[in-house]
Amino acid sequence: MTQANELTITEARDALIAGKLSATELTQSCLDAMAKAGELNAFITETPELALERAAQSDARIAKGESRGALEGIPVAVKDLFCTKGVLTTAASHILDGFVPEYESTVTENLRNAGTVMTGKTNLDEFAMGSANVTSYYGPVKNPWKLDDGKDRVPGGSSGGSAAAVAAHLSLAAIGTDTGGSIRQPASFCGIVGMKPTYGRCSRWGTVAFASSLDQAGPMTKTVRDAAIVLQGMAGHDKKDSTSAPVDLPDFAAAITGDIRGMKIGIPKEYRIDGSPAEIDAIWRKGTDMFRDAGAEIVDITLPHTKYALPTYYIVAPAEASSNLARYDGVRYGLRVDGDSLDEMYENTRAEGFGDEVKRRVLIGAYVLSAGYYDAYYVKAQKVRSRIAEDFKKAFAQVDVILTPTAPSTAFAIGEKMDDPIAMYMNDVFTVPASMAGLPCLSVPGGLGDDGLPLGLHLISKPFDEETLFRAGDVLEKQANFTAIPAGWGAGQ
Amino acid sequence: MSYLIKGETADWELVIGLEVHAQVISNSKLFSGSATSFGADPNSHVSLVDAAMPGMLPVINAHCIDQAIKTGLGLNAVINRHSVFERKNYFYADLPQGYQISQFLHPIVGEGMLEIQLKDGSIREIAIERLHMEQDAGKSIHDKDPRRTYIDLNRAGVCLMEIVSHPAMYTPEEAAAYVRKIRSIVRYLETCDGNMEEGSMRADVNVSVRKFGETGLRTRTETKNVNSVRFMMQAIEFEAQRHVEVWESGGEVKQETRLFDPDTGETRPMRSKEEAHDYRYFPDPDLLPVELSEAQIDAIRSAMPELPDEKKRRFMAELGLSAYDADVLVAERETANYFEIVAKGRDAKVAANWVISNLFGALNAADKDISNSPVSAQNLGKLLGLMANETISGRIAKEVFEIMFETGSDPEKIVQEKGLKQITDSGAIEAAVDQAIADNPDQADEVRQGNGKAIGWFVGQVMQKTQGKANPQAVNKMLRDKLST
Repeated sequence: MTQANELTITEARDALIAGKLSATELTQSCLDAMAKAGELNAFITETPELALERAAQSDARIAKGESRGALEGIPVAVKDLFCTKGVLTTAASHILDGFVPEYESTVTENLRNAGTVMTGKTNLDEFAMGSANVTSYYGPVKNPWKLDDGKDRVPGGSSGGSAAAVAAHLSLAAIGTDTGGSIRQPASFCGIVGMKPTYGRCSRWGTVAFASSLDQAGPMTKTVRDAAIVLQGMAGHDKKDSTSAPVDLPDFAAAITGDIRGMKIGIPKEYRIDGSPAEIDAIWRKGTDMFRDAGAEIVDITLPHTKYALPTYYIVAPAEASSNLARYDGVRYGLRVDGDSLDEMYENTRAEGFGDEVKRRVLIGAYVLSAGYYDAYYVKAQKVRSRIAEDFKKAFAQVDVILTPTAPSTAFAIGEKMDDPIAMYMNDVFTVPASMAGLPCLSVPGGLGDDGLPLGLHLISKPFDEETLFRAGDVLEKQANFTAIPAGWGAGQ
Repeated sequence: MSYLIKGETADWELVIGLEVHAQVISNSKLFSGSATSFGADPNSHVSLVDAAMPGMLPVINAHCIDQAIKTGLGLNAVINRHSVFERKNYFYADLPQGYQISQFLHPIVGEGMLEIQLKDGSIREIAIERLHMEQDAGKSIHDKDPRRTYIDLNRAGVCLMEIVSHPAMYTPEEAAAYVRKIRSIVRYLETCDGNMEEGSMRADVNVSVRKFGETGLRTRTETKNVNSVRFMMQAIEFEAQRHVEVWESGGEVKQETRLFDPDTGETRPMRSKEEAHDYRYFPDPDLLPVELSEAQIDAIRSAMPELPDEKKRRFMAELGLSAYDADVLVAERETANYFEIVAKGRDAKVAANWVISNLFGALNAADKDISNSPVSAQNLGKLLGLMANETISGRIAKEVFEIMFETGSDPEKIVQEKGLKQITDSGAIEAAVDQAIADNPDQADEVRQGNGKAIGWFVGQVMQKTQGKANPQAVNKMLRDKLST
């Protein structure tokens, strides 16, 4: 029999409505799974008491016929980048030691109002900087997918804890944030669905900032439909975030019709990278075939500035990060390491509080913004960014959705690429261009790579056209019929 | 305009540029809902945004934008339809974000012009480079503890306008007139209260000197912490003198930021934390550019009050005031309003004279200002009316004014109660004149013998007998008639 924690949101919702399952039972089954999954290190903070309290409230509302909808009583794990009132919030950084916010991020507040039950705060790369969840002050997260070689795999990053939690059925859903691929790449590595909405769809208020012009919260789920349901609960205009878009929320799940006949799917030739493994080409071809079989029209397109996206991203994102992280100075909250002067206190605090990758990006960011280099790097990068956005705009005059691989490989072993930041940065080569253009994207499990680990397919659509994305993603998901589950985390184990 | 410093080797002239920081009048801060009122308990007006808590985002206060546009229009400046808030990055304990949100490459207000009037009556136009908006930092308090610094974030995030002039002033007097003029305009517009003592207006002073006849600019220094016009003039004079001495002794003036010490009247280099900053400006990704519509600017323009220059011209052209009187009366909007009420339907020059000499004199002596004047504009107007229709003489008017100033009473009531109404009844005047002549036969003879001065003495006698209520012209005429030979 399927355990409650292994249900999809849609299944759990039906069971809750039918009275076959209570929110408390559902939550308890997730908490039990979490208790057994300590080795994954998916959570920085677990909040079982709070979860059961909220589950009881959900049950009370359901009993009174006052259910708040599809997300009532659904356990959701929250990336520890979202500030949560009364619950330790770390961004996986030593520098936020002991920081307990007195406020709730808009996204988690929205989810709470929709009836969800937060089960805990998931691990991540420090300040969301990383693609393998190995830069966390709280240690690396292990991918629940294992191979016989005995080596632990990374879950991807930065939302690695969230991805691992969903893949290992520790939670029905999780939320993450995506700056250059931080939802989609771990979704690909862990065999789940990961969705980055259009920039401005979800409020950034109360989410620890990495790169403000790129950061966007999104759902990580077991199915595309679940992603649509969770996004519905997270998104919406927020006056507290000036970059939040004042647009109405459509009914995302209603867009899932199963019918994509006549839909135009673009295949960008620039995403074929020299030296890319055959398994990546294979999964991409498989995706193309599945769309064709479902009645979509395949169109070859060009996105000529693609190759500049990654280098441009590694100017813009660190520039913003270097400034966003200036507030962690030991003066008002978090870690303080004393010194004999104010400057010394800053130096001691930041030297001890930030990990190597964060320091690297702060340094890169300060460098590209500094006098004499600003025009050559930052200004130039902004110009390239506009070109990248124009590429997509032109492409979307021809097609409805663009299909690419999500990541250039399956999950690699913990410890690999650690001494080669560029190799690590390459993880986001397929996800970054759409991030630079602020476009909505979805990663759907497409199949397994040669090594038996999951590989995602990446869909991109027009700004604020998440509906088309969900409709296409759902069809792809059904075609792929991805049923593999990580060994050791399946039913009855 | 010539202000030359005599050096050993040459005459030196002075070049001044000013950056005036004006705190915008608004209920809440530039990017948060915290209150802005002065004098609250430390850290009582601090929001999560002001304290730069993780994940907090700024939201532009639209009222502050309107205030900046209004000020820009008041400075006859170009309003930029597109402007951008940028981050100025530096670390300091009273700057919670680690950056100040300011405008850099794209300020909201561009080139403008300000007219100033100098003591010699000449008028100069001072070119303004820009006005940009920025958030204020908090306050560091160093003297409460030997080891620690206390931080008060009440001011952190309050909206400032920085008004930057071109290096286009050449004397301390011009700089003073410029600052006073800006103060006057922002007070008219109610965009800043102009209070330099409380720090809601402060000036950074850029000074350089050059040999008379040189056209280029030499190295300048920037002096901060100048919180009165008088101090600013002192700082300029001190710096100018210091520059001349440095150049003449073969040295080179260092470009640096200096601090003015009001106790000594001198400037000194600021602490090293200010040295060699690279602020790494870049557009704040948390904020969208400010896009203004022509309609929005027009709406603000059409609601602009009459400003001092315009008012001054009107006072001179329509009311016939002198440039000096008009200048004095328009400097403060409240004074100008007061004057206009007094002068309405009356002789404007007389009204100006009474406001400037009598009222200001009394207010100064009593350490009051026009806002708490015991004499209302309506009452002063009535007093002038009583003089104009010859109900009282000018001398009695001064007496009545003193009572008004003490009691705040209506002049008509005072005149009534004290029986100060001028005697116009010629019978009563004649009786007093006859009496005076009869009482002083010797003096009468003197007048008859042609001593014109003695007639004044008789007028005084009669006025005394009538407690000043007789019309002095009537008395004078009657005395002349009776004592003529």
